[in-house]
Amino acid sequence: MDFLRPASWEEALAAKAAHPTAVPIAGGTDVMVEINFDHRRPDHLLDLGRVAELGEWEVGEESVRLGASVPYSRIMEHLRAELPGLALASHTVASPQIRNRGGVGGNLGTASPAGDAHPALLAAGAEVEAVSVRGTRLIPIDDFYTGVKRNALAPDELIRAVHVQKADGPQQYSKVGTRNAMVIAVCAFGLALHPETRTVRTGIGSAAPTPIRARIAEEFLNSALEEGGFWDNGKIVTPSVAKQFADLCAAACNPIDDVRGTASYRRHAVGVMARRTLTWTWESYRGARHTTEGAA
Amino acid sequence: MRVNFTVNGRPQEADDVWEGESLLYVLRERLGLPGSKNACEQGECGSCTVRLDGVPVCSCLVAAGQAEGREVVTVEGLADYARQRSWGAAPGAPLDSPSGEGTDSLTGEGAELAPIQQAFIDAGAVQCGFCTPGLLVAADEMLEHNPDPSDADIREALSGNLCRCTGYEKIMDAVRLAAARQSEGV
Repeated sequence: MDFLRPASWEEALAAKAAHPTAVPIAGGTDVMVEINFDHRRPDHLLDLGRVAELGEWEVGEESVRLGASVPYSRIMEHLRAELPGLALASHTVASPQIRNRGGVGGNLGTASPAGDAHPALLAAGAEVEAVSVRGTRLIPIDDFYTGVKRNALAPDELIRAVHVQKADGPQQYSKVGTRNAMVIAVCAFGLALHPETRTVRTGIGSAAPTPIRARIAEEFLNSALEEGGFWDNGKIVTPSVAKQFADLCAAACNPIDDVRGTASYRRHAVGVMARRTLTWTWESYRGARHTTEGAA
Repeated sequence: MRVNFTVNGRPQEADDVWEGESLLYVLRERLGLPGSKNACEQGECGSCTVRLDGVPVCSCLVAAGQAEGREVVTVEGLADYARQRSWGAAPGAPLDSPSGEGTDSLTGEGAELAPIQQAFIDAGAVQCGFCTPGLLVAADEMLEHNPDPSDADIREALSGNLCRCTGYEKIMDAVRLAAARQSEGV
């Protein structure tokens, strides 16, 4: 095994081009587990720890360019206003020690269906900045997950950053597990209201071979909210609409039975989380409307 | 490969390190610092917690090569680290302190205990002791930036450290005690 220690991003890209099977390591919270347990013996480990810009973020007009290695603890602390869904998701990751090391780039690279960041990224809207010596491309998050622990990266590409849309409305995140810390999601759900486009986006984790959106549920809810004039009148979402939305979210799942839960439990729990996160976000949207109207 | 880094204020060099080796292994097996414990090797239990450039991490999940040029504090250096902090020195400053004869800043031998260590003893928060080093490092770091923690703050800060003996109540008592003593001392 070789340990490659590029001192800059350019060197890292060159190393990945020269050794396409090299395994990138940043926080190490996935890679080191596999090495410790002898599940993986890569020819090359590519340490990204000395590439400082991977640990930085920039807040732009429309989106946040979040460096691949920004630890979850910093997202929780510094990006709660811009990326509330991702900040909530970050807080559910493992433990403080893990959140101090792990970041979204690793979650995307591993592409486990149980990765905590995925539902929040899907709901907010995001693009993955994949870079190689050949150039840079932005991969829409909807096209990024291609299979169980598979993603759209080419062998010579590294994740430089993820561009996450700044919140234009309330976002929520919910995760089912046996306790509040150190839990791999039994299933998870992210929901974002986008008042500017009058749309709702979802993200579901651990309930299909890849993280997914519940597209049919989103379309149903978008029409129901539009037809009922809900975005303008700020009424509570009709219970029958919320129930139908929850049922459609559950139907979007394609879960398995495993040690953490059964498929039918996961479907049920996703429905419950869909209804709850819709209620929480909608209540907060209505509250914000009242505040704005009161101030006007 | 060779790895150079600072442990408990002293420059260290480890040779013939295997590329897939963890920082924990280097500390325990190559530098003779067995305070950090090896249990789950997957970041679940927190018994290997150390400070890496001041930040609490699971040393079993840090590749040794990633520690190159960085500052590590283990439970052996906790007492000196805490003493240095109470003097108002910049964190990470060299710990070649006038801590008296017969003490060793690297292994902590002969040094007075850190307040959090004394509080664990006084509160009876140590049973088998295997989880204790990780808990001490994590709890000390919390008290560094949150001198008046709520019970929820303590539970969250220690949520990555498993203890199978105590049921955590005595550990909670110990951290509350350390916080109270710290605020009295100011």
